[in-house]
Amino acid sequence: MSRISILPVPDFEERYLEDLQYRLEEFLPHNIEIKSGSFDPSYAFVRERHQYFSTRILEKLADIASAEDTGETILGLTTIDLFIPVLTYVFGESLLSGPAAIVSIHRLDPRFYGKPENSRLLMERLEKTTVHELGHAFGLRHCPDYRCVMRSSNVVEGVDYKGKKFCAECLSHLDFKPRI
Amino acid sequence: MTDSKDISIMIVDDEEIVRDSLGKWFAADGFAVETFPDGKSALHHLSENSPDIIFLDIKMPGMDGIEVQKRIVEINPDPTIIFMTAYASVETAVQALKQGAFDYVVKPIDPDDIDHLVRNALEKRKLERENIRLKRKIETLEEKPTIIGESAAIKKVLDLAETVAKSDTTVLINGESGTGKELVAQTIHQISTRRLCPFIPVNCGALPESLLESELFGHEKGSFTGASQRHKGVFELADGGSLFLDEIGNISLLTQMHLLRVLETKRFTRVGGEKLIEADFRVICATNLNLLSAVDKGTFREDLYYRINVFTITIPPLRERTEDIPLLANHFLRKYGLNLKKDMREISRTAMDRLVRYSWPGNVRELENAIERAVVVGSAPSVEVKDLPVGIDERENTSGVESLDEVERDQIEKILVKTDGNIARAAKILGINRSTLYNKINKYNIQV
Repeated sequence: MSRISILPVPDFEERYLEDLQYRLEEFLPHNIEIKSGSFDPSYAFVRERHQYFSTRILEKLADIASAEDTGETILGLTTIDLFIPVLTYVFGESLLSGPAAIVSIHRLDPRFYGKPENSRLLMERLEKTTVHELGHAFGLRHCPDYRCVMRSSNVVEGVDYKGKKFCAECLSHLDFKPRI
Repeated sequence: MTDSKDISIMIVDDEEIVRDSLGKWFAADGFAVETFPDGKSALHHLSENSPDIIFLDIKMPGMDGIEVQKRIVEINPDPTIIFMTAYASVETAVQALKQGAFDYVVKPIDPDDIDHLVRNALEKRKLERENIRLKRKIETLEEKPTIIGESAAIKKVLDLAETVAKSDTTVLINGESGTGKELVAQTIHQISTRRLCPFIPVNCGALPESLLESELFGHEKGSFTGASQRHKGVFELADGGSLFLDEIGNISLLTQMHLLRVLETKRFTRVGGEKLIEADFRVICATNLNLLSAVDKGTFREDLYYRINVFTITIPPLRERTEDIPLLANHFLRKYGLNLKKDMREISRTAMDRLVRYSWPGNVRELENAIERAVVVGSAPSVEVKDLPVGIDERENTSGVESLDEVERDQIEKILVKTDGNIARAAKILGINRSTLYNKINKYNIQV
């Protein structure tokens, strides 16, 4: 079974990394590894926006995956605020059917909205957003089913509302079967 | 995100980054996306294509977005236009909206806002389409099928149609070919509460048996050679409306059996399918055959006959309502005069006389064809005898009228009875000689 390699961009709290690894291993049949080292995204910083251009980071992550040539998917995890032009922000981005995805907890963290720290809620959001972006990397598009993890979420409440799993319709388009 | 099936979005922006980012954003939702770097290429594409939504940047080199929008409206006013700009300006916004843009957004756009924008734009398009569809439907409702006639016979048909239209009762319309059975069926449908739903006619006599089942029940993909797609049959298409089965007497006994089951249960499966489908439709059948005779002969199922023969309307042949011929003829004269752009004002008295006296074996359809032909070949403003099809004056309407021979025969028999078979006296009364009388007695095979 193919591999998903998690890469901090540039750094990410160890406890969240390990927790996410565990959650993904429970759900996906893939080998989930945490890559050693990290990735410096500073070249993607856009001063006017005070944010990082997500697509530029994604392109570099895809290069890393292609260079490894093992068929793995690289999942970048970051705390920096991501954007794509035209939109004010994104929670994450991935290449449709491609070898890379990136997820940021910057706007998933309750503290961003002035709420108290809540690690449990943050992990729930991180897990859903990660599975969602990986779903795109596996070839899935957005799903209209509000319970499906592939439902598009433009605000953090949308992330909270949707489910953690793929619906039956989305599952039918995957070439693997999740563990649960 | 909005259900994106079959929706296309066009993005016109001189910045590649914007086109790529927005394009990928919409593609992730399943929209079909096309991007263009300037107004010129976008307008060229629009000359042959029609996206649902256009995201149009305002500040572009060459033709700006406002100018592009003006041109788009000239080529193809259908797409919904949303302006984008990084430079907020009230004046530009007002100008864009006055020219008919749906909305105006300032980059960068909040992801939730863009979702709402697209959803609202699609909802507006859906409402506009529904509005157009309903307006057209109202127009067709107002153009009710017209049954022309003032005769007592046709008025009775109309009365029966109006009576049965109020309920969902199955109707069987009897009548010779060309009498207007489908027109009566449409009238029933248009008066009924089902008039906003489809009226689906099927000519059961025109389709080969092998295709009729598929036409009625539909079929699943791959159910037989040539079934490359799933096909909905008329039972599904008529859902909510009326199903008109013309020439019902011509279907095979096997199809009759299947049809009976559907009429009783209002459930069916498509050919090659397993899923039971429910349908709600009102059945109107028509035939020019004597179905009861067909039942006696074993070619029509008795149970199906009684299932469809709940309410019968018999349309008289045209020769039995000759008083309607002038009305019908003038109606067709106006219709084809308009169609062919000829100022046809009347049918000459002699021509009308011929029309009234003709027997019309093809009924109203034959009359309509005759008038159409007359309008084509004739000169405005009137239809003359010479414009009528050859043969129209050869088959007179003899319905209820005796021929000369019959009149002569009757008279000879009457006189012979009166003269107690005395040939000489009978010949004298009739004003003919005896040998002529003998010849006529032989001719008509009269028993003396």
